[in-house]
Amino acid sequence: MTSASNDLRTFDSALERVAGGGLLSRRRLLGGSLLIGGAAATTLGIARQAQATAASAPWTVVAGEPVRGYGMPAAQEAQVKRAPIQPYKDLAPQFSFSGTPHQHLRGTITPNGLHFEVYHGGRPKLDPDQHSLMIHGLVERPLKFDRVSLERYPMVTQIHFLECSGNSFFNAIMDKPMQVGCDMLHGLLSNAEWTGIPLSVLMDEAGVKPVGKWVIAIGNDAPSVARSIPIEKIMGDGILALYQNGEHIRPEQGYPMRLLLPGYEGNMNIKWVTSLWVTDAPVHSKHESGEYTELLADGRTAEFTFAMGVKSVITHPSATLTMSGPGYYEISGVAWSGAGLVRKVELSADGGQSWAEAELVAPVLPRALTRFRMPWHWNGAPAQLLSRAADETGAVQPTRTAWKKKYDPSNFLHNNSIQAWQITPQGSVENVYT
Amino acid sequence: MSTPKLLAVSVVAALLVAPTVVRAEGPGLGQPLSPDEIPRFATYVMPDGRNLPSGHGSATEGAEIYAGQCASCHGATGIEGPIMPPVGPNKVWAKPAGRHWPYATTLFDYIRRAMPFNAPKSLSDDQVYALAAFILYRNGVIAEDAVMDAESLPKVVMPNRDKFVDVWATQGNKPW
Repeated sequence: MTSASNDLRTFDSALERVAGGGLLSRRRLLGGSLLIGGAAATTLGIARQAQATAASAPWTVVAGEPVRGYGMPAAQEAQVKRAPIQPYKDLAPQFSFSGTPHQHLRGTITPNGLHFEVYHGGRPKLDPDQHSLMIHGLVERPLKFDRVSLERYPMVTQIHFLECSGNSFFNAIMDKPMQVGCDMLHGLLSNAEWTGIPLSVLMDEAGVKPVGKWVIAIGNDAPSVARSIPIEKIMGDGILALYQNGEHIRPEQGYPMRLLLPGYEGNMNIKWVTSLWVTDAPVHSKHESGEYTELLADGRTAEFTFAMGVKSVITHPSATLTMSGPGYYEISGVAWSGAGLVRKVELSADGGQSWAEAELVAPVLPRALTRFRMPWHWNGAPAQLLSRAADETGAVQPTRTAWKKKYDPSNFLHNNSIQAWQITPQGSVENVYT
Repeated sequence: MSTPKLLAVSVVAALLVAPTVVRAEGPGLGQPLSPDEIPRFATYVMPDGRNLPSGHGSATEGAEIYAGQCASCHGATGIEGPIMPPVGPNKVWAKPAGRHWPYATTLFDYIRRAMPFNAPKSLSDDQVYALAAFILYRNGVIAEDAVMDAESLPKVVMPNRDKFVDVWATQGNKPW
């Protein structure tokens, strides 16, 4: 027996297990990493000694590159991209969407270049100098605003997720689970720090009449995408977003301005927004009549389904990633709820036979991605990882079976069911249904 | 539990969970917007027919326009697709526009603002009325010779209208 395997044995016997399948006490997060860190430092020390006599690396013997105007990721990270899907291919290539590669990201903020996209009629080649925001309809003073004026308004900064209600559609409708990554399975979800003007400030300037109960938000793009939004949401916490993670929002996200309705399904957060038309009733636009309505199991259809349900997904490990041998791992993922704060994320490593509570990494913010983590000792045997989130309203993420039961088999919207990952003895991670 | 304590707890809870948007006054830089500056696509046709323009069209007229402008994406007879065929039932799309949508007025407004995909806003109001009539006729909702206009279109009773559950009206922000 080698000394390395002796070390592993000692380590293994000292682990404090909190559930089956090798889930470890969260107290191990610190102690465990110290132990690992100590071992790593030793190894590093040996490597340094060996390197002392080796040739200097080439980049250390010449001057490097000068500054540049706009930074880019390392060339070696070039494969970390959005996963594009064009369901109708050449017939309508602009009808397209792309998913955030969550399996390659940590933390909670989605880099601007990786924020998911959904285009119903392509990304417009919009001239921002010819763009204005109109507020009209049932208001005392119909108004228009150019973007230079809007920059002078008081702004708030808030972190919120955006999720397309079609996120996780493959798992909703495919008979067999697709073996693709989180970018394809759950990528129509992103999280950013948004800065903009509270819509209540602009609406108050126009003066909404008491009969004004809905706001029809309309985009300045080819299909003039329109959604009906309750006045309560607009005046409550709606934002006219001008900035995304500190810089002006990207063309993909609605440059020069978009709606941000915290917690509401992505399609309502109208991009390139140009019109806020106040009405006494919803207009039943195309998107709220067909595309974003949910066929139910009893033959009825759910409409005006605004807030996104509580949900979580383990991103590390997840499909398309591979395990690098038995031993210590940190399970990590993201959880969120359109209804408010994530209260709890439970993990299982034995297919749901036992559960333990993961650590929620601060800050835990309402209607924003929350990262969770938990130490795990994988013994190399088959294991099935699940995550189950609960929010402050008490809502709990359903199993896929329970979720499917509510809907017509064709429905692929608002799928917030539990994702299961099967770890094989060979170390691959597979998408499975439970 | 005493009332003041309850109050304190609820105030703290409200501070923790309330949206952080603070009501503020703006600098008042909005400029007056006159009605002739508002494009038709900045409004929408309402289910009761408000904002419908003059003009008219029938299914017979619509069939010809459909064949030239729509069939390549939605299918020769409206059920083949591949893209969201508007006639149902079909094997491609469970929510065909002319059968699933609750109001016929949406057909008019959506076609006018967003179709055809590569040339939105290029159809005349008469053409749009004709296409709405064609789709409704193909779904068995109206007769082949029915003329659709600002009077008749809002009166069309869509077959699925009473099968919608309004989640916002029934449970607000609680997800379904």
